Amino acid sequence: MLTISAELRAKILAHARADHPDEACGVIAGPAGSDRPERFIPMLNAERSPTFYRFDSLEQLRVWREMDDRDEEPVVIYHSHTATEAYPSRTDISYASEPGAHYVLVSTRDPDLDEFRSFRILDGQVTEEDVTVEPE
Amino acid sequence: MAIEVRIPTILRTYTGGQKSVEGSGATLEELFADLDGRYEGLRERLIDESGVRRFVNVYLNDEDVRFLGGLSAPVSDGDTVTVLPAVAGGAR
Repeated sequence: MLTISAELRAKILAHARADHPDEACGVIAGPAGSDRPERFIPMLNAERSPTFYRFDSLEQLRVWREMDDRDEEPVVIYHSHTATEAYPSRTDISYASEPGAHYVLVSTRDPDLDEFRSFRILDGQVTEEDVTVEPE
Repeated sequence: MAIEVRIPTILRTYTGGQKSVEGSGATLEELFADLDGRYEGLRERLIDESGVRRFVNVYLNDEDVRFLGGLSAPVSDGDTVTVLPAVAGGAR
């Protein structure tokens, strides 16, 4: 189960819409062990592609060090699909490397419909989970 | 000689849960070989026949070793090597 505020959910969707037709990506950090997404960190998609994303390596180092300094971890890792469903692809599954993270997928394939789903990806296995959106 | 190597969560199964280990060597390649002697299987997750694996980021202090010669990058006492799996994916 992913519990996320309406505000953070809206920020992810807005980032995805803004970067469409490229895939958008980012992290929401939270206190280590809390499972609470709190701090929104949109990341550059170094691939700038409509079908692939990758965090810039030096930006990732900076963000990971900052989380470490603040005793945080990446609670949510999100990215968007721009023409396909909000479901992890083979590449999403093979590169998922944060076992504790909630992998949020959004899709911007439909301009009028928001698709926002969350998954756990562990040892190559995908499990969809419920999303509880907390109002402000 | 001691070089600190910071290990990402997903690779801590190879280091008995430790988030930081120490090693020695004159180059990154030697350092990884040194670590493999004590943490079996770790090196194979970091390198393949072409060098550092494409979706593994290795940093020497504040720089990405891709720009420092990859496995042949020289390392010195007091350096910190950080490993982070790349965060990547996409529709296909």
